[in-house]
Amino acid sequence: RQGAAHHAVVRALPESVCQQALRVEKGGAVDFARAEREHQLYVGVLRHKLGLQVLELPADESLPDCVFVEDAAVVCEETALLTRPGAPSRRKEVTEAMKIALESLNLNVVEMTDENATLDGGDVLFTGREFFVGLSKRTNQRGAEILADTFKDYAVSTVPVHDSLHLKSFCSMAGPNLIAIGSSEGAQKALKTMQQMSDHRYDKLTIPDDAAANCLYLNIPNKGHVLLHRAPEEYPESAKVFEKLKDHMLIPIANIELQKVDGALTCCCILINKTSEL
Amino acid sequence: MTTEVGSEAEVKKEAEKLEPDTAKEKPEEASESLENQKTEETEETQDSSSSPVPTSQSSPTSRKERDPSEGKGISRFLPPWLKKQKSYSIAEPKDEAKKKAEGDEHVEECERQLPEEVAELKGEAAAENHQTKTDDKEEEKHSVSSAETQPAKEDSKEIEVEKVTEEPEEKLEEETGKRETKEVQTTEIKMEKAPQKAPKKIKTVQCKVMLLDGTEYSCDLEKRAKGQVLFDRVCEHLNLLEKDYFGLLFYENSDQKNWLDSSKEIKRQIRNFPWLFTFHVKFYPPDPSQLTEDITRYFLCLQLRQDIVSGRLPCSFVTHALLGSYTLQAELGDYDPEEHNSDYISEFQFAPNQTKEMEDKVVELHKTHRGLTPAQADSQFLENAKRLSMYGVDLHHAKDSEGVDIMLGVCANGLLIYKDRLRINRFAWPKILKISYKRSNFYIKVRPAELEQFESTIGFKLPNHRAAKRLWKVCVEHHTFFRLISPEQPAKGKFLTLGSKFRYSGRTQAQTRQASNLIDRPAPYFERTSSKRISRSLDGAPVGITDQSLLRDLSATAAGPTGDEAAVLAKLKNGESREEDGSPIKSPPLELTQDGKKVGPRAEGPCSGARDADKSSHETLSVVEEKKRAEVGIEETVVINEINEGKIQVAIDGGEPCKVEQLSKKDSSSTSSESSSSSESEDEEVGEYQPYHRVTEDVIREEKEGNEDAKEVEGYTAKVVQCVESVIEGSKEKVSIGHAQVAEESLVEGNAVSGTPEEKSFTEEAKQDLREEREEEQLKINGDLSHIGIDVKPQIICCSEPPVVKTEMVTISDATQRTEISTKEVPIVQTETKTITYESPQLDGSAGGDAGVLLSAQTITSESVSTTTTTHITKTVKGGVSETRIEKRIVITGDADIDHDQALAQAIKEAKEQHPDMSVTRVVVHKETELAEEDEG
Repeated sequence: RQGAAHHAVVRALPESVCQQALRVEKGGAVDFARAEREHQLYVGVLRHKLGLQVLELPADESLPDCVFVEDAAVVCEETALLTRPGAPSRRKEVTEAMKIALESLNLNVVEMTDENATLDGGDVLFTGREFFVGLSKRTNQRGAEILADTFKDYAVSTVPVHDSLHLKSFCSMAGPNLIAIGSSEGAQKALKTMQQMSDHRYDKLTIPDDAAANCLYLNIPNKGHVLLHRAPEEYPESAKVFEKLKDHMLIPIANIELQKVDGALTCCCILINKTSEL
Repeated sequence: MTTEVGSEAEVKKEAEKLEPDTAKEKPEEASESLENQKTEETEETQDSSSSPVPTSQSSPTSRKERDPSEGKGISRFLPPWLKKQKSYSIAEPKDEAKKKAEGDEHVEECERQLPEEVAELKGEAAAENHQTKTDDKEEEKHSVSSAETQPAKEDSKEIEVEKVTEEPEEKLEEETGKRETKEVQTTEIKMEKAPQKAPKKIKTVQCKVMLLDGTEYSCDLEKRAKGQVLFDRVCEHLNLLEKDYFGLLFYENSDQKNWLDSSKEIKRQIRNFPWLFTFHVKFYPPDPSQLTEDITRYFLCLQLRQDIVSGRLPCSFVTHALLGSYTLQAELGDYDPEEHNSDYISEFQFAPNQTKEMEDKVVELHKTHRGLTPAQADSQFLENAKRLSMYGVDLHHAKDSEGVDIMLGVCANGLLIYKDRLRINRFAWPKILKISYKRSNFYIKVRPAELEQFESTIGFKLPNHRAAKRLWKVCVEHHTFFRLISPEQPAKGKFLTLGSKFRYSGRTQAQTRQASNLIDRPAPYFERTSSKRISRSLDGAPVGITDQSLLRDLSATAAGPTGDEAAVLAKLKNGESREEDGSPIKSPPLELTQDGKKVGPRAEGPCSGARDADKSSHETLSVVEEKKRAEVGIEETVVINEINEGKIQVAIDGGEPCKVEQLSKKDSSSTSSESSSSSESEDEEVGEYQPYHRVTEDVIREEKEGNEDAKEVEGYTAKVVQCVESVIEGSKEKVSIGHAQVAEESLVEGNAVSGTPEEKSFTEEAKQDLREEREEEQLKINGDLSHIGIDVKPQIICCSEPPVVKTEMVTISDATQRTEISTKEVPIVQTETKTITYESPQLDGSAGGDAGVLLSAQTITSESVSTTTTTHITKTVKGGVSETRIEKRIVITGDADIDHDQALAQAIKEAKEQHPDMSVTRVVVHKETELAEEDEG
């Protein structure tokens, strides 16, 4: 089931995130304290409100972007693929710690060792039926191939991403079979591509702001559809669109600080759904 | 050598069985004459044969005795089981062979008869001789005929090989084939003795079909048998009714798999001996739960297991384990800790690389399936398998325009483009306007994207011409099967003889589902035993000998980049093991057959489909196959109207009758399936196909691609609307045949045509009488066209308003007798256009403007190097009478050396042949030439 999760892996943010984290474009300085608060709130929702088992890795000051765990691993069903991030400075995020954490959850861990491959988890959209992999500055064809090799049951289609950092910088799953997609030209174009490549028909939810189109969907027993989305203070128009989703339990989350370093809602956790006793 | 004789022999034999003594006489005669024949023919070579036969000819045993001696020497020493491993009934006592009602499956029991037993078999042997003498050609009798007759057939085949000299090539082929296999195949050894038996001209060929459960089915087929015959037999053997999802594959070279075309002779398709096929799923049903019968699902499961083990269908560890566990449940039932010890699992193969870990997982999951019946387990298996991304995807190696290696995958939904494992593009069928190939290039023409204005054509480079054609065919078939209600009509006749033509002629998924709904039989019993792993069962099986050659062949030819060889090997070995176990899947075919027959007609005819298309729904596709460029601009059009009663023999007398003669000869040769099929399989450089939907109701509803708001998902509900129409007597068919030419030659021809004076005057008259009418009609025809063509295609060439410099119209009214077509000679200055119309007087309102109610319309265009044939078929109801009108336009473009009259005559002839029940009512010849130089007056 799309969005089903029992566990989540997160990582604390290092202070170096303020000065050294990679960013697409210059912006305001990151207020570390505020960033930390926001992150704690986020983790709190996962852990307490949604009842997930949250595995929190410690921060590493030498890895300013390490809070964005999504990029380090792609988990689908019982398999976890440790990526080879496109940014050389981030390669070390895929550490023993991460591997051990995933293995501790009984996942089959696959490592991407090919030196020609790069893949950021932020470029991987799993719809529940297939994968779309953005070919971006961070992810290349080879990385996508290895992902396809790892998750053999599923079709893996590539989507060119030009104007954004990641594929999921402007889209995400907002429900079973429902893709939230930004309004920008690039986002719409990517959606077209995905629709063309897919044998399935997806519903789409067009969100005025690209950044807000990255939301975090979960399917929690007894709670049903849960959607973490960007707060109205940040993106009022987009929030209104989310509010139309009547079947969802909506949880607005502010992500003001980390967004300055290209962080989005899905970036900060890896969701794991342990189906069987494997 | 007629079938009647054959059946007579059959009857006699039956009688003999009942009353061997009374029947004795005949057999004696038979053997006698046989003997005579033999001596005549075999004397030089077969000295040895006569020596073992010192006794009387009347003793059938003599022949029997000869058998072994004639064999390759050793064969007689071979124990029977070695000679004939494939036979299911090896262990059966001889007597049972006599009774065999199910004798059809085995064929070569007689081979196993040892000399000592022969005495008991007098009657049979005699019958055999008799049969051999008379004729054993009849394929159809096969199932009826006794096992004993089979060897005779084989014998005759052999004789054919040895003695018939008319077909040296084939002989060679057969012999080389034999040689290859001789060392390993005892069955071939048996053939060696054959030359001594009755010299028969009946050519039968042994076919072997690897079945999905790893067993081998073999039978003898008449050499000229069509693919359908073999396929039907296999399905009957399998007790399979929903057979349209399946097909027979054969391999060319090493890795090129080809589907056996049911509508064509086998020998035109498969070049090598032995004839070796594999039974295979051809169209993977997207939703297997919609299959009607469990047995069908079972075969689909077998196929998928094979696909998985071979690596063709990749899946993850967990999926391997899950599917494996359902396999265990289906084949072994509930997990039983006592019975299923730690080893039981390794008998099975679930994955290309099976690990202990995986096996453990399989066992673990197997335990959780307690209570599932085999059928339920199969269903679960399929539910999981169908979700795999490569389920039902037929992959073809290719290169893109930049020379990058890619894979093209054909599936139910369209065409997928892969680079390595990644899907880099996808073209759903509704997006594709045209599929074509030209030499080794494969092209798709796709609809303009949302914001684009122009269609684009995308080309791919296939390894070779044959690969391109194979891919093209697979596309045509998949599109037709999954997207259309019914196959295209051209199959019914030979509309497109002038161009290359390939069409899927079987039933579509919609049709097969409809047919399946009518299946009314108790669920057939079948035994599941297939996924056992090979290795164990191999040991000590002398059985292997024959199959090893098969193995070699198959494994050498196994398709797919990965591990396929192993998979096929595995399969074959499975087969052996099964034999050893003595648990073949044998189903009583009798009941089935009947059912099958009942079902067929009810469900819109046999799945060959080609012949019965007319009564069912009309088709929705426009198909274009073209040989090449057709520069329009100059054209010649012939419109033929056909009316039921008016049997116009329209012959074109191009001034020289012999020409016509020639024509018809050529015609007949080109229409004979042999030449056409061979040309198709070999020579076609190009083919085109347009999944172009003219009448929307006929197309299974398109999934909407792209721009509409995704929230409004329409789903895939198929709107199945079928306009079934019964054509009443007196229906009309109109064929307009267009005919165009470029050069001045056309003028010359035209002039030649206009030969005889009487004709001239006649035409003058006709002209006066009918000219206006003609013109009017011509206009109306064009009007028809436009209103008929729900989608107006650019390919439809309207000839009504040419840039006329000079127009001539000739109308001949003569419905019932051979009409000499002639044209008035025109003092041509620079002829641009010429129109000649022949019309039957009975032509009533058929061309009239009152359209009636349009039931259906279709346009088929075919192109060849110099001709474009547009066939327009409309069905209308007017005043309660339904009318079918076929208009055929042939545009001949090109060089001066085209014989237009010949082409025209052929077109007319074809039109008549294709629709013998209709008549030609109108022929319009319209010629346009470029500013011609000079013309003879």
